[in-house]
Amino acid sequence: MNSLVLMLVGLAMMLAGYFLYSKYLGRRVYRLAAGFRTPAHELSDGVDYVPTNKFVLWGHHFTSVAGAAPIVGPAVAVIWGWLPAFLWVTLGTVFFAGMHDMGALWASVRNRGQSMGMLSGRYIGARGRNLFLVVIFLLLLMVVAAFATVIKNLLISTPSSVIPVWGAIVVAAVIGQMIYRWKINLLVTTVIGVVALYTLIVVGDRFPVVLPDPVLGMSPATFWIVALFVYAGIASLLPVWVLLQPRDYINGVQLFIGLGILYLSVLFASPAVVAPAINQDVPEGTPSLVPLLFVTIACGAISGFHGMVASGTSAKQLDSETDGRFVGYFGAVGEGMLALGAIIAATAGYRTLADWEAVYSAFNEGGVSAFVSGGASIVNAGLGIPASLSATILATMAVLFAATTMDTGVRLQRFVVQEAGEVLGVRVPKGWATVIVLVVAVGLTFSAGGDGSGGLLIWPLFGTTNQLLASLTLAIVAVVLLRKKRNPLPVLVPLVFVLVMSIYALVVQLGTFWADRSWLLLGLDVVILVASLWVALESAIAMRAARRGDFDPETDEPVLASSAGGGDERA
Amino acid sequence: MTVRDRLRGVSAGLRELYEAPYRRTLSGARRDEDDLFTVVVLAEALGVPNPASYYTVELLPLVAERVHEWHTRMGMDRSPLEHVSCC
Repeated sequence: MNSLVLMLVGLAMMLAGYFLYSKYLGRRVYRLAAGFRTPAHELSDGVDYVPTNKFVLWGHHFTSVAGAAPIVGPAVAVIWGWLPAFLWVTLGTVFFAGMHDMGALWASVRNRGQSMGMLSGRYIGARGRNLFLVVIFLLLLMVVAAFATVIKNLLISTPSSVIPVWGAIVVAAVIGQMIYRWKINLLVTTVIGVVALYTLIVVGDRFPVVLPDPVLGMSPATFWIVALFVYAGIASLLPVWVLLQPRDYINGVQLFIGLGILYLSVLFASPAVVAPAINQDVPEGTPSLVPLLFVTIACGAISGFHGMVASGTSAKQLDSETDGRFVGYFGAVGEGMLALGAIIAATAGYRTLADWEAVYSAFNEGGVSAFVSGGASIVNAGLGIPASLSATILATMAVLFAATTMDTGVRLQRFVVQEAGEVLGVRVPKGWATVIVLVVAVGLTFSAGGDGSGGLLIWPLFGTTNQLLASLTLAIVAVVLLRKKRNPLPVLVPLVFVLVMSIYALVVQLGTFWADRSWLLLGLDVVILVASLWVALESAIAMRAARRGDFDPETDEPVLASSAGGGDERA
Repeated sequence: MTVRDRLRGVSAGLRELYEAPYRRTLSGARRDEDDLFTVVVLAEALGVPNPASYYTVELLPLVAERVHEWHTRMGMDRSPLEHVSCC
């Protein structure tokens, strides 16, 4: 199989999804109306509610949702062969992610731009809201721990990325000053920032940094993890304009450059896919494809995190409701493209099957490092950039995505801790809240084998939580549809599939963690399992009530039973 | 459409991309700072001795408009000030 064919077929499927399926969803299911007054106009305040051009909003939405996760997941999952990952990413993007993101956006727009947490309170019930907070906290906790491991692995496997990765922090800080203090034009700033970053990449490629063992009494792996958390702690405490804002922006620009480099290289090099379509001879210890594939690739096929971005921010800026198709659905297509690129890099970037098998020697081996080395040889063949420089570019890209998720994640978790403190009646200062978050996250990272021995054990658990969040969002969208007496099947079928796969995966992993004696992960697994069953139960109750009751077609509020069919003895 | 217009359009789009995600955080930070400033200016009126009142009294008219917004945000239904009544 040639990778160019794979790329074209994948792109054609996702674009067909956008042009056909999203049109169907927009017309028949969500019934987007151009005349609907969106929250951006109705509640316009110049801060949160601002009508925004749909291309700009798409760019913002896409760069917020796409990050390292759609690279890590597929790069791990190709161990089962390229075909399962390819099908799950393409079909998932078309029927799951696109529908989910567009649905979340629509549900939020129809509810004054409220976030999914608020909507779960309204459509699922008060317990639904608490459930939402629990799931979000777990998700943030795991993403921070998993990404620390991902970054550490890349810094060790690609030492040439050390200088650009840490130098990028300085670049971002300077950009922040250029914009707010020196008021330099953003276009000029962007060009300067990108040039500076790529100069650092060239410098880093010339001077790789390999840490001696031990460093300050720690192994290099431990040292990098500690350094990353110290960085994340400091970055999360700084005012956002100093570091987080310019960093997010540069990453967004970098996302487009990276995608361009990857797709152009495949176009010019069109290497053959060496990995088997379906790997008959998976390394020992690899869990079974069903259900683990569906939680290993979360972002890129369906991700609950998108629902948070769609409902929290994008919904408040949607100029016209019909733009939701482009912003929501095409945002998911963008992420699917990144995941597809990761699949191609991790399966076609090797010369022979034996080379590939040597990289994917065990489950959770390979992963992002395989994406970097495979992708580098494709970029080398396609664009003529030296292989080591290409590897540095891709590794830096992946690390920057993961690192911004980490610092933002720590910052958001700090708010969760402070809020939890308020509920308990304790005022937690922000420094202490950050320390609490860091201690928990570092503990989780090391207990999950972050020192290098265990690889990315926590990844499937992260995927499961993400799917759980997606299920919760889908349940809300389904309840909204049921209350409006529309056909909920396009939402219901994916919902049941995702939820069943997540619960199945949790049960399978329960056995693995038990056998490995990883008690912390086992405990987390149990918590997530309980949360999943709870989601299933609560959404079933809410859907039943929505199907039976009568609701005002405008507000979705229950209509007191006066007409026929209102009361029901069994309910 | 000239090249200059197009560049300006791109620049405005980039600006939006840069600012939109953080608009709420930054306006929140600004509000917090303004609230602190309001307290400093109103200190004497609230019964807190303020060594700088000679200077801040001049600023009273500037914060007067914001008093209502400020005291409701601080959780007080009525204005705590005797001579500034707003509701």
